Amino acid sequence: MSVENPRSGGSATSDRPDAEVPVRLRDFSFRYRAQSEPTLRGIDLTVRRGEKIAVVGPSGCGKSTLLAALNGLVPHVHAGEASGSIEVFGTDPGAAPIIETSRRVGTVLQDSSSQFVGLTVAEDVAFSLENQQVPHAQMPGRVAEAARAAGIADHLDASPQQLSGGQKQRVAIAGVLVDDVEMLLFDEPLAMLDPAAGRAAVELIDDLHREQGRTIIVVEHRLEDLLHRPLDRIVLMDEGRIIADLPPDALLASPLLREHGIRPPLHVEALRLAGAQVTAGQHPADLPRMELSSAQREAVRTWVEHAPADPSRKSATAARPPSDVEVPALDLECVGAILRRPGASADVRALRGITARIRRGEMLGVIGSNGAGKSTLARVISGFEKATEGVVRIAGADAASWPLAEHGAHVGFVLQEPGQMLSQPLLEEEIRLGLRARGLDAEEIERRTARVLEVTDLRPMRSWPISALSHGQRKRLSIACVLALEPEILILDEPTAGQDFAHYSEFMDFLARINAEGTTILLITHDMHLALEYTDRVLVISDGELLADTDPAAVLTDEALAERADLVVTGLFTLARRCGIPDPIALVHRFVAADRAERSLRADPGEGAR
Amino acid sequence: MTAPLLGYVERPGLLHTLTGTAKLVLTIAMVLAAMISFDVRFLAALGVLSMIGWALSRVRLRDLATVLWIILTFMVLNNLLIFVFAPGYGSELLGARHVIVDGPGRWDLTQEQLFYQLAVTLKYFAMLPAVLLFVATTRPPEFASSLHRIGVPYKVAFAVSLALRFIPDIQREMRTISQAQQARGLDISRKVGLVTRVRNVVSTLMPLLLGSLDRIETVSSAMELRGFGRGRGRTWYDVKPMRTRDWVTILGAAAVVAAAIVMVVVDGGRYWNPFGA
Repeated sequence: MSVENPRSGGSATSDRPDAEVPVRLRDFSFRYRAQSEPTLRGIDLTVRRGEKIAVVGPSGCGKSTLLAALNGLVPHVHAGEASGSIEVFGTDPGAAPIIETSRRVGTVLQDSSSQFVGLTVAEDVAFSLENQQVPHAQMPGRVAEAARAAGIADHLDASPQQLSGGQKQRVAIAGVLVDDVEMLLFDEPLAMLDPAAGRAAVELIDDLHREQGRTIIVVEHRLEDLLHRPLDRIVLMDEGRIIADLPPDALLASPLLREHGIRPPLHVEALRLAGAQVTAGQHPADLPRMELSSAQREAVRTWVEHAPADPSRKSATAARPPSDVEVPALDLECVGAILRRPGASADVRALRGITARIRRGEMLGVIGSNGAGKSTLARVISGFEKATEGVVRIAGADAASWPLAEHGAHVGFVLQEPGQMLSQPLLEEEIRLGLRARGLDAEEIERRTARVLEVTDLRPMRSWPISALSHGQRKRLSIACVLALEPEILILDEPTAGQDFAHYSEFMDFLARINAEGTTILLITHDMHLALEYTDRVLVISDGELLADTDPAAVLTDEALAERADLVVTGLFTLARRCGIPDPIALVHRFVAADRAERSLRADPGEGAR
Repeated sequence: MTAPLLGYVERPGLLHTLTGTAKLVLTIAMVLAAMISFDVRFLAALGVLSMIGWALSRVRLRDLATVLWIILTFMVLNNLLIFVFAPGYGSELLGARHVIVDGPGRWDLTQEQLFYQLAVTLKYFAMLPAVLLFVATTRPPEFASSLHRIGVPYKVAFAVSLALRFIPDIQREMRTISQAQQARGLDISRKVGLVTRVRNVVSTLMPLLLGSLDRIETVSSAMELRGFGRGRGRTWYDVKPMRTRDWVTILGAAAVVAAAIVMVVVDGGRYWNPFGA
């Protein structure tokens, strides 16, 4: 399929040997102009033609900057100081104009919805052709071909608002494929996708690699999802340096990933915790074909069977069925919602017949794929959207007639993007804003502010400007603002989206603490493992309907249900089967308990003030 | 939930089938003609033409309700202010004075003043429906390509199209942010005092502004990576070939401007004066 690109023959920089080594970095360092410390330090990296490479590392390790150095955004758009040498197809992308580099290197940025420039898919895909002044007559053919390669050909006339996250990403991919690029760079392609869409994206990337022989570099921290298809090498970065550059099997067998804040695939972790560490020779990167010795299988079985009684799970309140005497924190009765769309487009039925009762003090998961209606449910419960059918009772009272401000006093809704909630220059001011608006007296405001600062571990930063906070700290602040209003229910929309493992566990443990203090928490998520680790009960939503209301582990063992809800089964289930464990839920519970115990041992008390 | 303030309306009608360029030329001609002439008869004719266009377009008043209310309010306000500050301007202009109501001080209501204000009001009806219809019946990318075709630099033309592309996104974000702030108790309704209300609105706009700046940075990186702005020109994916009806429209546009000029000559000035003494 690969077509020789006639345009690339012109310049002296595209000699054949360079085409065999698309990327060559020697002792390359880079410091952003606005920062005092370099973001990349002494990077040595060579990528050969046709390789498929993953770059992993915790947030802020420099992996996205590395990608930006390859496509020229660094230093053309984000200025700074570079040293050492960098060659992309034999040319320094810092010296050549961005457009020259992007003829051969296609970049798919992280947030595909905000890079959409056209009003329809076809226009967006054609954008690069328009800029190169390709005659109008040639465009439809090339657009159709690129869209077909990216698997979006049947949506050419759709507008961006109509597309799912996965489809938007395909549009972005088609938009770089129209240029016949030789190398593709992906910046966290899975961050915005639910597991099923993420898996489809990994498959598409693999097809683009294998069928067309393109060189692929993927920056990502969701390593387990990425390993759904084979990789040639994994480059591990931390604090601006390359820590390891190894084949996947060798890296998984080493302790390096854990040491640098990347969660290894769950099956590898489970084997390690069971005392049956895998070696590189057993091919741990490819679970279905991984070789397991009988001793290892036996070790896992024994480990599961000899699970200590775990007091942290299934607490007394959680196991008790909702009694009729107790007033539930939230009572949904046949709730339905119809969303109106502007213009001539049809209204959308986003929810129908949702009935559920949630007890005080529960931590509950609402799971399903993107677009299933989970967020709409959260918005209805929070009063952002009106329930067009049924009744929403909060602490026993029908909420239908409440104005939004009163709703907010009972239900705290934390948006996915903390930036959408923060409006003040200083941290403490932000917390006080909502309290003042409610007309509380100064003493009460001080009391509540002090309390939430304590609960959210933000006390050391209380007088900081908000602009100096990290993403995780902002997220905690947005929760603090909502908690200060002392709501009965806290709803969080995708609380851990785009966070690396260290921040993920730090943040989820923080939520577990708030829950232990009595706040009812609803977690809206598509991350099945998060639900397994932190909740005892989940509502499974698909297509606006409630499919199940059950134990999270039970969802994954019910294959028909998992498939209908588009949920992805974790590697632990495959491992249970490989080890001949009849009840995979036992393995999951054992794993969660052991993993949690180990993490609390290693927990760093000085965390948070970075 | 919220309809866009002003934007493309997807309900194909006759005007939707014309090329953006033809519609843009016609719109400019209508605006120009309405600006040149103060002849009530001519302005009324333009107004009727606009109304016919509106009827053919299948755009409903409801689609543009918000912007129509804004314009209507502004029109009424404009008329009131003219009368308050220049109640005798009509007489001065037309050289006659027929009092209808003998008001306090200099605020007498005269036929000439009413006539003058009728002309001002008719200008709204002659000009604005054309502009609104152009925006409502032209898909933003075609909007950009037609601006480019009549000589606007493509970067400017594209910026306009991009702004239209992001309006729905920003409106949705605006709604979410404002709801989140209201849920915290920040009231922006009439129930609270003006100062508090303004402060609360600012608390809503700050996150929106910062979010939009991030968005601009991302989209400009994406555009740069895809080669925007390097060449002197650009071609357009969404461009319709000019057909007979488009040329007819452009001829019609020329006729409208010519008529405006002819009226000036015939009337011996920009005004048609039935009160001529």
